[in-house]
Parts: sequence; structure tokens; C-alpha cells
Amino acid sequence: MCANCGCQGGKAVMLDLQTGETTPISADERESGARHSHAHDHDHAHDDAHAHNHGDRHRHRPHDHSAAGHSHSHRAELGAAVDLVEVEARILAKNDAMAEKNRAWFAGREILALNLVSSPGAGKTTLLERTIRDFSDDFPFYVIEGDQATANDGERIRAAGAPVVQVNTGTGCHLDAGMVTRALAALKPGPGAVVLIENVGNLVCPALFDLGERAKVVIFSVTDGEDKPLKYPHMFRAAGIVILSKIDLLPHLDFSVAQAIGNVKKVNPDVTILQVSARGGEGMAAWHDWLDSQFAAARRSAFA
Amino acid sequence: MHELSIACSIVEIVADTARGRKVHRVTVEIGELSGVMADSIALWFPEVAKGTEVEKARLEICEIAALARCETCGVEFPTPSMLTSCPCGSFRFRRLKGDELNVKSIELEEVL
Repeated sequence: MCANCGCQGGKAVMLDLQTGETTPISADERESGARHSHAHDHDHAHDDAHAHNHGDRHRHRPHDHSAAGHSHSHRAELGAAVDLVEVEARILAKNDAMAEKNRAWFAGREILALNLVSSPGAGKTTLLERTIRDFSDDFPFYVIEGDQATANDGERIRAAGAPVVQVNTGTGCHLDAGMVTRALAALKPGPGAVVLIENVGNLVCPALFDLGERAKVVIFSVTDGEDKPLKYPHMFRAAGIVILSKIDLLPHLDFSVAQAIGNVKKVNPDVTILQVSARGGEGMAAWHDWLDSQFAAARRSAFA
Repeated sequence: MHELSIACSIVEIVADTARGRKVHRVTVEIGELSGVMADSIALWFPEVAKGTEVEKARLEICEIAALARCETCGVEFPTPSMLTSCPCGSFRFRRLKGDELNVKSIELEEVL
């Protein structure tokens, strides 16, 4: 977070687990030339009374542009009496532009990128570990790990056998597209790779921030409660697939799978839902098939 | 929590447009189902704007009611929550309004 306003980026840090190198990710670097202009402790120069001495002091008066045969921007003319500027800008435009850049980067390399999201402790990392151990012969996995702090998950992924970069967001509650750009520069996934991005455990904020992924994989644990999709509808609506995880625990819980699936369908009627146990291995074959179909589609999309 | 990032982005967009001119008023559009709380933006905005040319600006938030068109029966209907279904019972619909997150306009100090 920025020290002044608390916005994301100032204290975000990236650790390359292959080299052990730690790099701070500042908001300005992430957003490539973005002007992040706030909170100077000193007096702002603009507060000083100063005269604009235009040689020919002018006011902008209404006149007929078409008859005069010229066109110009009212905004561009410094000193013009313009008060209201119609900005009409999407607030998330910068993140969305970075996400599109990532998406094009993935497409050009025929890379499948997935954004894994869930509440904390739903089993994202365990699913990734099992996926890497079982399917590495079929898919060249690369992982970006997002957490507020620690490289614990990154270490687990490395032990499972995939190259990984850990992004610590500090107090930030989600990964943004710029963080992913920076992580990709360190990770350097080759053509035809599968990049798995494990987002910060949070079912709220990551829903708004496109990273350039092909799909969001929402992991919904049977220890979460059947009504999670109704409590966090934005995330479940954005899901490309929902994985009901930890199903090996079902015999010990009063959890209704039918009710949980019904709730998912209320916010996302056509989404694919898989029931998986990363511990016992149930459902892993269906997960493999889904990855395969997405991998094929990602390769086709390079020329779409 | 993400409202803080959103407030930062608003100030950034406004500062980029204002280029040092004092900003009197900022008007933003927040859709009812955008996933962003208008009250929270109103709370963060002055904090984030502190020390910038946006500092004295008044924030106006236009909240936009959500509207959808049913893909089953074709009717347009309001969707005040993410869980609203079409009056016909269908959950298959396309959102027409309510996702907005825009800086609509800003009022700048008149420079003579």
C-alpha cells in the first residue's frame, strides 16, 4: 500500500523462488508511467498566487467552428473558460488495459492462464499441489502465488515441482493486472505453458480486478457453508468453473451438495461445477479434462 | 476494502485530467451491482485526495439502478440484488445497467 493514502502497491513485494530474489513492486512501476500524485507534505506550488501572463489575454467566446473551417479542442486551449470536463472514464480502465495486455501476451504464446479465487483456507494451494504432482507430464505449469504475507504457499508449490513467483500484496486485498505483469517478467513462462494464478484468499475484492486470465476458477469448500454463493454473488457470477473442494470431508459434515449446487446456479446458471478432493483424488480426472479443454481453446484463440 | 483502490483510481483519473488546475466537483457513476459501495467511496475519497489538486473537490455519486433483460422471456426488469430473478422465474438474463464504475465529469477552476 501507498504510505500516504493506503492504495495498493507501495509495499507489494515479489519473491522469485527460483533465484531467491526479492523485488518491491511499486504502483508507479506497475502502471508504467502512471502519475500517482498525492499527499505532499510540503506546500503545493499551485497554492501560490501566480499570474498567468498570456501575451494576448483571451476568453473563449462562442463561435461557429464549421463556418470558420477549423476544429480544435476546447480543453486543449489553456486559459479557455471551460469549467465542466466530460471525462466519461471507466474507473478501472488502467487495470483493464493492463489485463488486456497480459491477455494478448498469453494469447501470442498460446498460454492458458487461470485465476484461482476462494475464501482463505478453501484449498487452493492443496489443489494446485496435487494438480502439479499429477498432471505435470501433460501441462507445463507455472504458478503466481498471491498472499498478503509469507512465501509459505510459494514454497509448497516449488516443492510440488513448478516454477513459482510469490507476490506479497502487503495490506492489499487482491492481485491486480500490473502485479501479474511484473510476476510474468520474472517467471518467464514459455510458449504453451499453463499459468495458474492463485489470488489472495478473498471472495470480494478479486472479483473486480481482471488479471488477463482465460477464466476464474472459484474454489468453494464444503466446510464453507452452502450459502457462500449467495453471500458472495459477484465472485460466483464471474466464475468460469466452480470447484466444490474437500468432498472427502462430506461424511463428517451436515453439508448439502444439492443445496450448494442450487445456490451456485442461482447466480451463475450455466457454470461448470466439479466435485473434487485434492486429498483423496476424487474428481481430479474431471478437473484434468476441463484443463485440457481450456488448454486446447487457449491454443486456438491465438489466431482467433 | 477494494473501495480504497477504487477511490485512489478516481483521484488519479481526475488529477490526470485536471493537470494542476483546482478541481471543484467530481461526478462519478456507481452501479447498484458494481460491487463497490458508494458510502465507502465517499468515506475514502477525501482521505485519498488530501494534498492533491483534488483535495477541495466535492464528490457527487450518481447511483445507477440495475436493470436486466431476460433471455428466456425477453422482458426488462429491475435487479436490485445479484439474486433477483426475472418475474418469469428465469436466472438467465443480460445486465443492461447497474455495473457502472465511471468518472463522469469534473468541474475545474476557471482560468482566465
